[in-house]
Amino acid sequence: MSVSDTTLREVALSRSEYDQVVVLLGREPTPVELGMFGAMWSEHCGYKNSRPLLKLFPTSGERVLQGPGENAGAVDIGDGLAVVFKIESHNHPSAVEPYEGAATGVGGIVRDIFTMGARPIALLNSLRFGPLERPRNRYLFQGVVGGIGGYGNCLGIPTVAGDIFFDPAYNGNPLVNAMCVGIVQHDAIMKARASGIGNLVVLVGADTGRDGIHGATFASVENPEESHRGVVQVGNPFLEKLLLEACLEVLQTEHVVAMQDLGAAGLTSSTVECASRGNVGIEIDVQYVSRREQGMNAYEIMLSESQERMLVIVREDGLDEVRAIFSRWDLHSDVIGRVTGDGHVRVLDHGVVVADVPAAYFVDACPTYVRDGIESPEARSARLYDCNSVPDIAASEVIPWLRRLLASPNICSREPVVRTYDHTILSNTILAPLEGDAAVVRIKGTTKALALKTDCNPRYVYLDPFQGGKYAVAEAARNVSCTGATPLALTNCLNFGSPEKPAGYFQLREAVRGMAEAARVLNTPVVSGNVSLFNESENGSILPTPTVGMVGILDDASKRVGLAANAGDALLLLGPPAGALGASEYLALRLGANLGAPPPVDLDVEARVQALVRNLIQQGLVTAAHDTSEGGLLVAIVEMLIPQRVGATLDLDAVIAASLGRVDGGLFGESASRIIVATPYSQRDVVERLAASAGIPVLTLGVVGGSQVHIAGVGEVEISDLCESWSNGLR
Amino acid sequence: MRIGVVTFPGSNGDHDALAAVELGLHQEAIAIWHKDHELGDVDALLVPGGFSWGDYLRAGAIARFAPVMDAVIEFAEAGYPVLGICNGFQILTEAGLLPGALLKNSGLTFSCRWVHVRVETDRTPFTHGIDPGTVLRLPIAHGQGRYFAPPEIVSDLEKNDQIIFRYTDRHGVENDDANPNGSLRNIAGVSNRAGNVVGLMPHPERAYDAALGGDDGLQILGAMLRSRMAVAAK
Amino acid sequence: MNAGDASVEANRQFLIEVFITPRPVVNDPQGLAVRDGLHQLGYAGVVSVRVGKYLRLHLEATSEAEAHVLATEMCDKLLANPVIEDYRLSVSPLIADATARD
Repeated sequence: MSVSDTTLREVALSRSEYDQVVVLLGREPTPVELGMFGAMWSEHCGYKNSRPLLKLFPTSGERVLQGPGENAGAVDIGDGLAVVFKIESHNHPSAVEPYEGAATGVGGIVRDIFTMGARPIALLNSLRFGPLERPRNRYLFQGVVGGIGGYGNCLGIPTVAGDIFFDPAYNGNPLVNAMCVGIVQHDAIMKARASGIGNLVVLVGADTGRDGIHGATFASVENPEESHRGVVQVGNPFLEKLLLEACLEVLQTEHVVAMQDLGAAGLTSSTVECASRGNVGIEIDVQYVSRREQGMNAYEIMLSESQERMLVIVREDGLDEVRAIFSRWDLHSDVIGRVTGDGHVRVLDHGVVVADVPAAYFVDACPTYVRDGIESPEARSARLYDCNSVPDIAASEVIPWLRRLLASPNICSREPVVRTYDHTILSNTILAPLEGDAAVVRIKGTTKALALKTDCNPRYVYLDPFQGGKYAVAEAARNVSCTGATPLALTNCLNFGSPEKPAGYFQLREAVRGMAEAARVLNTPVVSGNVSLFNESENGSILPTPTVGMVGILDDASKRVGLAANAGDALLLLGPPAGALGASEYLALRLGANLGAPPPVDLDVEARVQALVRNLIQQGLVTAAHDTSEGGLLVAIVEMLIPQRVGATLDLDAVIAASLGRVDGGLFGESASRIIVATPYSQRDVVERLAASAGIPVLTLGVVGGSQVHIAGVGEVEISDLCESWSNGLR
Repeated sequence: MRIGVVTFPGSNGDHDALAAVELGLHQEAIAIWHKDHELGDVDALLVPGGFSWGDYLRAGAIARFAPVMDAVIEFAEAGYPVLGICNGFQILTEAGLLPGALLKNSGLTFSCRWVHVRVETDRTPFTHGIDPGTVLRLPIAHGQGRYFAPPEIVSDLEKNDQIIFRYTDRHGVENDDANPNGSLRNIAGVSNRAGNVVGLMPHPERAYDAALGGDDGLQILGAMLRSRMAVAAK
Repeated sequence: MNAGDASVEANRQFLIEVFITPRPVVNDPQGLAVRDGLHQLGYAGVVSVRVGKYLRLHLEATSEAEAHVLATEMCDKLLANPVIEDYRLSVSPLIADATARD
């Protein structure tokens, strides 16, 4: 066999995969074809390790207009409108160059949304880093946050929500997941399916350079930092803004049959996907591709990941009008080829064929792997850790622990981060960052609003991937419900370590199973997503992090509630009151390790608690709602008091009693399906009655007012002191 | 009233400005393209925020040479009301229609939050009918909003009543904590000598509906309607 | 000398280097942050840092003098803002292979 191991490593194909290529083609691939196979059969484009598992997700529903398989999912929200959304990772580029890696991650996900014809209206991001005490982690953190803001702010799309989590397992391998949400009329949804033999293939936007060659394969190998330093792309948000406006304008004409952005694997994946989805062929000649650098060959042009480029399939008679619109926006466009009828992707270089492969070989023939998964002994023994062997804390230790938890990087205020993101642009944000459990953005011209949130507690997923996967979906839905919105559908980004390790494959498989079950019971189908495997660094695999991006709908936007309690409100706990220490932030801080079994999720209870809180909000009975998550009940209560800087008088003995009598378990233990609501004191019994008739336990925790938080049997603390602990955790 | 909104490549506050005029003020909004040579029949002009030409080189530096700017300058010199918001403010200073310059925030990062500004004078079409001393709550969202002008210019501004808005606390008291970007003397907005051209960093066009967190922006935009200057100039 | 040579002569290329710095009266928090960073690294002798911009242009002109005039015009009109910035420029002839170097 003529191909060398070095060459195969470069394109990230195994010897047996190469042999499959030869069998398919009936000959040796050309160098350009080999590069294209490497990109298309990478995990990033081909999902070769995850595809069999992704089939477990429920992907349809009465409101789903477009499930996985297009650039983004689309869900009906009434009034002839659809919400289009997707989350995607840009982990490896961000590990190498955090500012540009994160910026181009935002750029890529935004293109996925306007490619569908939707106007982007919101951005979210889910971030994971190693502890900030390490200078390298702080550099990555600041660079990533800077890049997200730098790109999104310039585009004029508000960044409204997200989540951040720190753990040493992310040293050297941060996670940057960006989500974009857009709105489109049903009949204006554009697909990336080429059609119409003879139609023209137009490339518009940035010139093509050598940046990002092999980005897709780079996302599918370990230790990217070492091996692929040169491939990170530099983003140009100004150009993307022009592309966004011009593409939406071009889609108003009748001349465009398909649109596809150039992301991972550049021209290769965009031509292959357009052809394969449309069951047609595409023939292009790279001589017509405008380049930024001299001397680029066909291989480099086909695999370049230069940013801010779009492929548009245009009817010949509409070309002039389409190009006129691009020119109006000062955008350069080239006709680089045509749609053909033979199903082949054919690449020419000055008329000479350099690649000629049926599109189906790149897509349908991509090998898939089902591997053996085994729980790692370390994770198993950590999960089986006996949390009750830890001595309970005394009443006098409660306030110091509360302050310590509030200051923990995983709990403290995100204000220093979110302040650098523009969340007010577009004038739709009616529940802003830090104001509620999810962001709420209104839809102009309707009474409706969308509630948006990303979530994943990776500690839970590490300790029990199945429960952790369920929890991630349940928590994202719960946060959306806490604003009053009904969860509609979700997108996810599966960030895992190497699936070639049995422990890694186990985590992936079990987490997907758990997520699928929760998505089914909570009626939130998976409409889009992305997979990022091989996240490995010095300490081994990252914590498995299946990020969930949830979208909910609020028919009457004016009914939304945030998390700020008012003086005079009663605080009521809905749901099973007990907290447990397993996998808690408290235990992690106390013992310096991720230990114990995470809280199991009873999806039936979860669904009923969420329905109850939505009902209470709908009826105008509550001032605020907030779920309990990292840090447990007492932290959640204080988070509701901080916005108005108001105190409360609390009696939490019943919660402690329910938590095996443990003070720490009751106050700081974590649990699923718990929501605290603030309600005017006079309406307290109405809420209790409705909870009782829904079969949901309800407990009065106390009354809001004053400047101190009094806890019966524990003591008191000024709310301003707690604010200070919470405010300064990330500074 | 017909209110024009100029769009440059990279403008992103144009949608909000158009929406605020239509949904907040209930007036006619006219979109104006940077390549236009005429403004058409408009009574006032908003130069919105964003990142015209990516803010490359300096914020607003390239936009000032757009074809539409000759017409904007002519319109301003004829005495019509022109309001530059955020990047629009930067463009108007670069074009020489307003004194001073906007520098990188003293905190070195982009800052998006709600601030309070005190109205210093009612002599402009954007503060007409608002009592001086009134405190308005508005959002800011910028990375380069630190107002600067050489000392001799600043004393001219003070003398000629050209400082229109100052960052203050909610009670209208100027202090460093209330200054979000290190602006000289807490200056949030200035006018030209005549008072018809005003620039400010906060976003009145994003505060036209209480659901968005506040509607104080309507006072500034609504002042245009109250002001007789637009009529008088005709 | 034929006409072709003359046109080559008319299109000589010059390298223009423009150094833009904040005027002394302008506070430069970026410069202060860099200075503090250098101090933290132990360079106690760093007295002050001002952060500016560096631009490099290739310009066709008939003479070095004309290149200088054009470049000065560009700085005054666009490249620097005299309210906040000072600039300094240098002009040097570009030899043929300099294009490749850049």
